[in-house]
Amino acid sequence: MYPTKYHKPASLEDAVAGLRSAEDGALLAGGQTLLPTMKQHLAAPTDLIDIRGIDGMSGIRVEGDVLVIGAATTHAEVAGSSDVQAAIPALAQLASGIGDAAVRHMGTIGGSVANNDPVADYPSAVLALGATIVTDRREIAAEDYFQGMFMTALEEAEIIRELRFPKPRRAAYAKFPNPASRYALVGVFVADTAAGACVAVTGASESGVFRHEGLEAALSGDFSADAVDGVEISSEGFMSDIHADADYRANLVRVMARRAVAALG
Amino acid sequence: MTNVNLTVNGKPVRRDVPDTTLLSDFLREDLRLTGTHVGCDTSQCGACVVHVNGKAVKSCTALAVSLDGAEVTTIEGVAQGRELHPMQAAFNDHHALQCGFCTPGMIMSGIDMVNRYRAAGKDLDAETIRHELEGNICRCTGYHNIVRAIEDAAARIQGADAPAHAAE
Ligand SMILES: Cc1cc2nc3c(=O)[nH]c(=O)nc-3n(C[C@H](O)[C@H](O)[C@H](O)COP(=O)(O)OP(=O)(O)OC[C@H]3O[C@@H](n4cnc5c(N)ncnc54)[C@H](O)[C@@H]3O)c2cc1C
Ligand code: FES
Ligand code: FES
Repeated sequence: MYPTKYHKPASLEDAVAGLRSAEDGALLAGGQTLLPTMKQHLAAPTDLIDIRGIDGMSGIRVEGDVLVIGAATTHAEVAGSSDVQAAIPALAQLASGIGDAAVRHMGTIGGSVANNDPVADYPSAVLALGATIVTDRREIAAEDYFQGMFMTALEEAEIIRELRFPKPRRAAYAKFPNPASRYALVGVFVADTAAGACVAVTGASESGVFRHEGLEAALSGDFSADAVDGVEISSEGFMSDIHADADYRANLVRVMARRAVAALG
Repeated sequence: MTNVNLTVNGKPVRRDVPDTTLLSDFLREDLRLTGTHVGCDTSQCGACVVHVNGKAVKSCTALAVSLDGAEVTTIEGVAQGRELHPMQAAFNDHHALQCGFCTPGMIMSGIDMVNRYRAAGKDLDAETIRHELEGNICRCTGYHNIVRAIEDAAARIQGADAPAHAAE
């Protein structure tokens, strides 16, 4: 690891100021993505701004029909929360399937959403549920937030404070884990919401998480697993690598969509 | 350099460490607690698992400076004197190791999962144990005896209703 200076600010303002004054600063949350990247010399921030000490950055609460999750809340906390299990069980289930137990004890929802890895799980839930990303300075709708693999609407020194998830009528997530890394080879999050059927796909596309309009249209007419069969799933723009080629991923999108819809009950 | 205060296996520890020091290096190099192993540099093998404030974490993926005030338990801290922790005893009885490289991490993850399932009042069956061991790689045993050992230890701990953490 290249030298770096560690800071643990007590407030969001100090964290933003720290990022602004650093030559090349990075936020540190659970460290489950950033530290492995730094160990491999793929990232070399001059300063690390640890946000875990900031009051109010972690925790889960329900405000009417909205489930609010602080950015520094760990995957294990989301998976184990009775509030999440009651409001959006699919989200608790998604969190319980991220990586492994040790990763879930450290990794955070804010870190995952900030990173926007094209094979990460959370982005699919954020997009399908139409969540709002609340930062130190504004609110960003999920549909405006994800801008391609590892790209988001976050500006320089902008910090995610919390995520607000409107409760869907029903939702389910089906993931085919990459057997080596446990990340999603393909993951499909299906939500039956006030705005209609929402289907977000992760793991498949070269441009990161996306909503599948064909699947949404089919489910709007007939919310059943059989409705998925008639939908054309194009593999254009899908990733091809040693783990799976684009056509295989396209097939997995269909299979995972079927499983998610079937799991809605 | 930053000054950190930790409690490691019940003993207070105070050291100046470079900000880049991983908890695994701090334990092995500074404290000479070499039971915590480092088997990869991609955060995937789990040989380095220790408990921080009672939870299993990969010590190769945490900075020592970020853990000021934390309680850390390593494989050296789970036995009570000469009496092995039930998880260690079960690994011994079931021949759940060959080269032993992954074993400290397996045992720390095993104790963590037994604690979590006990706290939640949930059963820890063989299939669940396999799933829970996703973050611990063994290159020798084929996992069967590891799963048996954890299952047996879970039953012993449940039966004795003894505290699952000796040092926490
Ligand atoms: C072995 C292993 C397996 C994994 N498997 C999976 C998996 O199956 N599915 C999956 O989705 N993920 C997986 N992960 C990744 C894991 O979920 C990470 O925890 C997560 O991607 C990043 O969260 P973090 O809190 O660790 O962030 P960090 O690593 O601390 O930070 C990641 C990035 O986000 C930025 N950041 C962090 N918090 C904020 C914030 N509040 N506002 C703005 N920017 C912020 C940081 O500056 C950094 O650039 C795995 C990781 C490992 C090591
Ligand atoms: S050494 Fe920590 S996971 Fe491999
Ligand atoms: S016993 Fe050799 S790696 Fe597990």
